[in-house]
Amino acid sequence: MSTDLDNFRTETRAWLDANCPPEMRQPIRSEADICWGGRNWTFQSDAQRQWLEVMAERGWTVPDWPRDYCGGDLSAGEARVLKEEMQRIGARSPLTSFGISMLGPALLKFGTEEQKRHYLPQIARGEIRWCQGYSEPGAGSDLAGLQTKCEDRGDHWLVNGQKVWTSYADKADWIFCLVRTSSESKQGGISFLLFDMATPGVSTRPILLISGNSPFCETFFDDVKVPKDQIVGEVNKGWDVAKYLLGHEREMISGMGLGGGGSLGAAVKPQDRLLRAEIAAFDVDALAFAAMSERFAAMWKAGEAHPASPSMMKYAGTELNKRRNELAMAAGGSDALEWDTERSKGGKTPRDWLRSKGNSIEGGTSEIQLNIVAKHILRLPGA
Amino acid sequence: MALLTDDQKMLQETAASFLGAEGSIATQLRHWRDINCRDGFGHGLWKQLAELGLTGICIPESQGGMGLGATEAALVLEEVGRNLTPSPFLTTAVAAARAIEGTAHAERWCPGILSGDAVLALAVDEGPRHSPERTALEAARQGNGFLLNGAKQLVIQGGSADMIVTAARTAGSPGETDGLTLFAVPRDTTGLDVENVALVDGSKAARLAFDNVRLDADAVIGEVDGGWRPLSRALAAGSAGAAAELVGVASGASAMTLDYLRQRKQFGKLIGEFQALQHRAAHLYAEIEIARAAAFKAAALIDSADESAELFVSVAKAKAANVASLAVREGVQMHGGIGMTDEHDIGLYMKREAVLGELFGDVFYHRERVAALSGY
Repeated sequence: MSTDLDNFRTETRAWLDANCPPEMRQPIRSEADICWGGRNWTFQSDAQRQWLEVMAERGWTVPDWPRDYCGGDLSAGEARVLKEEMQRIGARSPLTSFGISMLGPALLKFGTEEQKRHYLPQIARGEIRWCQGYSEPGAGSDLAGLQTKCEDRGDHWLVNGQKVWTSYADKADWIFCLVRTSSESKQGGISFLLFDMATPGVSTRPILLISGNSPFCETFFDDVKVPKDQIVGEVNKGWDVAKYLLGHEREMISGMGLGGGGSLGAAVKPQDRLLRAEIAAFDVDALAFAAMSERFAAMWKAGEAHPASPSMMKYAGTELNKRRNELAMAAGGSDALEWDTERSKGGKTPRDWLRSKGNSIEGGTSEIQLNIVAKHILRLPGA
Repeated sequence: MALLTDDQKMLQETAASFLGAEGSIATQLRHWRDINCRDGFGHGLWKQLAELGLTGICIPESQGGMGLGATEAALVLEEVGRNLTPSPFLTTAVAAARAIEGTAHAERWCPGILSGDAVLALAVDEGPRHSPERTALEAARQGNGFLLNGAKQLVIQGGSADMIVTAARTAGSPGETDGLTLFAVPRDTTGLDVENVALVDGSKAARLAFDNVRLDADAVIGEVDGGWRPLSRALAAGSAGAAAELVGVASGASAMTLDYLRQRKQFGKLIGEFQALQHRAAHLYAEIEIARAAAFKAAALIDSADESAELFVSVAKAKAANVASLAVREGVQMHGGIGMTDEHDIGLYMKREAVLGELFGDVFYHRERVAALSGY
């Protein structure tokens, strides 16, 4: 078994060495270095295009998906080896996408065979960029209170309503969306719908955040016609799909607790004694969380983790990332106040700090995660 | 590896069921505390642990032990912590066994550890704060042997130990890791004064005074002036073990508190229905899970002799002590008035955390090490 993995490591190392372009082994410097793919994607460089193509061809944009859907068919152990070998040479992810991290797992579990064969390969090859339509102006923490109306018009669905906090809706090709197909039951009247953002009646408006960036949009649906076969799971059972997908989203968001993996103290070299002490306390928590993250991943894959445990990970990881950014601001002093100079990399420290405040809000607030842990894991009364 | 093997799960179950029954607070901790026994633990239980093979967990198979590692020790220690079971397991079977590993002293003492007849102690601290490299206790060469002068404190179970592994300085000055030597000192050695001290948690530690204590050359454990290596091996095993025990303390206190939240009624409601308490309980749950992951990672790195073991041992000890402290503070507070009574067990967790938190270096000592090892 371990010899098989050792062989796989040797082959993988050689293959990566031959196929990962040197430019794709440089650290990510800006948003443009992240490849999101999609119909309108402009590759930043030939290297970025080439890296996506060779990895997609091998199924390694989605290493653990089945071969039938253009995945790599790797075992958990092989997938880990691939990740380690990519980290070893500092290889960038060939493709970052909500299709891979969120929709794909939900389709694998709830989609029909036809849906899987249609959508999953497009996701694996980075041909379609997806966005997520969950929150609404009146449905934030109380997500199941969503009101976007989806009516059965015989040969199609008719969608009317508004979503908010839709990440990169203005850049996405398709949306996976929670809609209300029945008003008779709150959670039992929700369906999970997929449609093309180019459909007439869909419009988006970016939201300017306190960080000065606009990663989120408001998304409006005005008499949007959607083909009948674009619903995932059963009608009125979309909440099950949504919860499953939220688990994946939370697992993904919790990864930011790792903060790139390095020691904050080693990065900022604090001179002030009391700040150094606080940073050392933070580094202890961050390294302990990194250990948790490894343990959680292994337990999750082995089916030994509690189904609600992504809530615990999301809570811990995001609170940690906020603390990291607070301390980075403190360590930066007045340098960390500059907003758009070149020397401050366009105000990276303060913008990251401000953006991090959203971590414990998006994907379910910290308070909601604590509610979930109290109810589903601790089984406290009335929770 | 992050997941337990089947053998490890079996060991965990053995330890949990045995200690849950025979090592419970009522049968062990309260019993020995309330009769104010000299040792602060029961030799009967130590014998039973030996019969289960657990006292030999870190002793090589070639010497009759189980030949297992820090991970298995951590599994047992988590159960020890959960039940607040007083025993020499951590200091004798984990820390001291590592100190004498591979030396003639292992041949001398391992049979006694394996049978549950021998208790070993570790004498390192000389002041109120753990600082092993500042060891000053003097061991001057005299003829064929050494003459020891100085003092030690927080020698856990030093009053009942048959032999005390003592860190002394044979060269260099306090602050240097070179020039330390470990000695095997029988408790009844002439010139050694042992003051048996009751600690806050009902356990016993000794203050030792060395007044011209003469030792033969064969009392040296390992090499003269080269004591740092076995000492740091013992301290790493001890710190990782204490971290696992602290995780058990935190889990035990938290389980007791959650039970209380599910039973206690005020304002016509179970207090566990109040969101203010639910959120604190959920936060504590997350912290305990993280501390457990850190403790097992440290143990796994020790077992694979990984170069980052030193860093993660300090991460684990600092994190586990911090989290256990949170668990016992929340425990006493959420129990309200009953938590302040000696009759209720929750306060016993608070007291045990205080001792384990200090043992082998407190939160601040280990944070400092994390900073230093990370290069800042």
